[in-house]
Amino acid sequence: MRSRRYIAVMAALLGLLAVVALLSLGTGAVSISPGRVVDALLWPSRLGAGSSDVTIVWELRMARVLLAALAGAGLAASGAGFQGLFRNPLADPYVVGASGGAALGAALAIILGLQLRGFGFSPVPLAAFVGSLLAVGVVYVIGEVGGSTPAVALLLAGVALSTFLGAVVALLMLLNDQSLYVIFGWLLGGFSGRSWPHLWASAPYIVVGMGILWLMARPLDAMSFGEETARSLGLPLSRARAAVVAAASLTTGAAVAAGGLIGFVGLIAPHAARLLFGAGHARLIPASALIGALLLLLADDLARTVVAPLEIPVGIVTAMLGGPFFLYLLKTRQRALGARR
Amino acid sequence: MRRLEAQDLTCSYDGRAVLRALSLAAEPGTVLALIGPNGAGKTTLLRAMARLLRPSRGTVLLAGQDVWRLAPSSVARRLALAPQTEHVDWPLSVEEAVALGRAPHQGWLLPYSRRDWQVVEQALSRTGLLGLRHRLVTELSGGEERRVVLARALAQEPEVFLLDEPTSHLDLRYQKEVLELVWGLARRDGLTVVVTLHDLNHAALCAHQVALLSGGAMLALGRPEDVLTPEILFQAYGVPVEVVRHPVYGTPLVAPLLTYTREASHDR
Repeated sequence: MRSRRYIAVMAALLGLLAVVALLSLGTGAVSISPGRVVDALLWPSRLGAGSSDVTIVWELRMARVLLAALAGAGLAASGAGFQGLFRNPLADPYVVGASGGAALGAALAIILGLQLRGFGFSPVPLAAFVGSLLAVGVVYVIGEVGGSTPAVALLLAGVALSTFLGAVVALLMLLNDQSLYVIFGWLLGGFSGRSWPHLWASAPYIVVGMGILWLMARPLDAMSFGEETARSLGLPLSRARAAVVAAASLTTGAAVAAGGLIGFVGLIAPHAARLLFGAGHARLIPASALIGALLLLLADDLARTVVAPLEIPVGIVTAMLGGPFFLYLLKTRQRALGARR
Repeated sequence: MRRLEAQDLTCSYDGRAVLRALSLAAEPGTVLALIGPNGAGKTTLLRAMARLLRPSRGTVLLAGQDVWRLAPSSVARRLALAPQTEHVDWPLSVEEAVALGRAPHQGWLLPYSRRDWQVVEQALSRTGLLGLRHRLVTELSGGEERRVVLARALAQEPEVFLLDEPTSHLDLRYQKEVLELVWGLARRDGLTVVVTLHDLNHAALCAHQVALLSGGAMLALGRPEDVLTPEILFQAYGVPVEVVRHPVYGTPLVAPLLTYTREASHDR
């Protein structure tokens, strides 16, 4: 076991994440130096009572940074889970339709559930979870052949379903023009204006979902040797698959509810993690989560600064960076994927 | 106690029977070889005995208990199957792949214990994989892949060991090592071993009992010298063979006869 290297690299990544988070807290309309951010975090009294920096860091930016990191971690962890489940390195919450399903669920919740707000409980993440669960179920049933999902079937089923779901969402928006801007702004993906209530609404689901995915690491390892081998090792296959689908959908749903449609983080992060630590899911899932958090935080910083003072939705940033990467992966892995069976 | 028994087993795929009312038993400390032409039902029988295929009629008894009344994990603790081929998707390390054999014992959630790693170590050493433990399973040669599968099954510490075509596609040296391993599992460790083999001479070398299947039914069952005769083999395969005695072990040695080819040698 090369655990020492793993722990060292993970610690380095965690340190990097902390540094990027610190810089993110200082980035925005009002720029705050890293030193003052640290002061605002640890010794707010030093900056003087009622300092605006303390307010900006704690009230305006902290929740947003945490939410972006958590959503990135969640999307990446569920990407690793979906890839293991579909036995396909191109699977990602966006590709398998989970994000599209979550978007539809969340859009419905926004349209129908606006009056529920008074209870202090947001139905949006749960509706996104249900939508994502249904979408993945459909893609799985259609694309699955003998326990694995060939790349072509997965991509076609995912694309068809995502297009369909996107059309339904667009139709819903047109028919409910009073919530059009709410949904549209949120769909593009972004953390602009996100604050503590948004964090509390999504964080528990993301954390629980990632925890379950991590617990499923050994079943996912076993599944990668095929259905027959997994069963001969005594794995209750249907239950294990259901647990992975549920956990990954829950995580995706909550991440989509928090930040809208954000593509490709769930594809790139597990790929990078696999290059660094190998394919064993016990390490892959936490490593993917960490890298995903780092990626989305950086993307969010880009989104906030590239055309400042305007903000571009972070979903556009990840799509512009991730799209070419996806095509590259498709091209380089095509032979291996096509020759599978 | 560690007996594995098939009783009146009928298995079908899509309503077509591929095994018909077949009964046999494998005894502890012995090797039972399943032989027969392609499509005779050898692998189907093995899968049914491994609780991977539910028979449409009949039962499989593991130490007297119906395997379909046992939990999958409890079967996996006592019975291991080394399949012929496996497609691996992800570059797991050899060690990680072999350690999965401990899952039936340790469960799917808890970390592996110190003893688990000891068993993995032994399984790696017994299959000559110690030097390859950190290699990725996606980068192995065919022979190495087969040994990983055997090591994982060994790590299950089973009482009953099922192997599907363990010698096919291996060179002479690995054929020898696998046959020795199969023999050792039965004679040294006292396991119940069932192995499908295409090479009749491999069956003659390592099996105590040979079951010859043909068209999903049992054609002959008995000691190698009773089953591997020119008459029975002609019935099963439809080709003439000559059977001589192995010069060292005295077991049957099957020599195929070709209809038209080189001249028969006169000095035989």
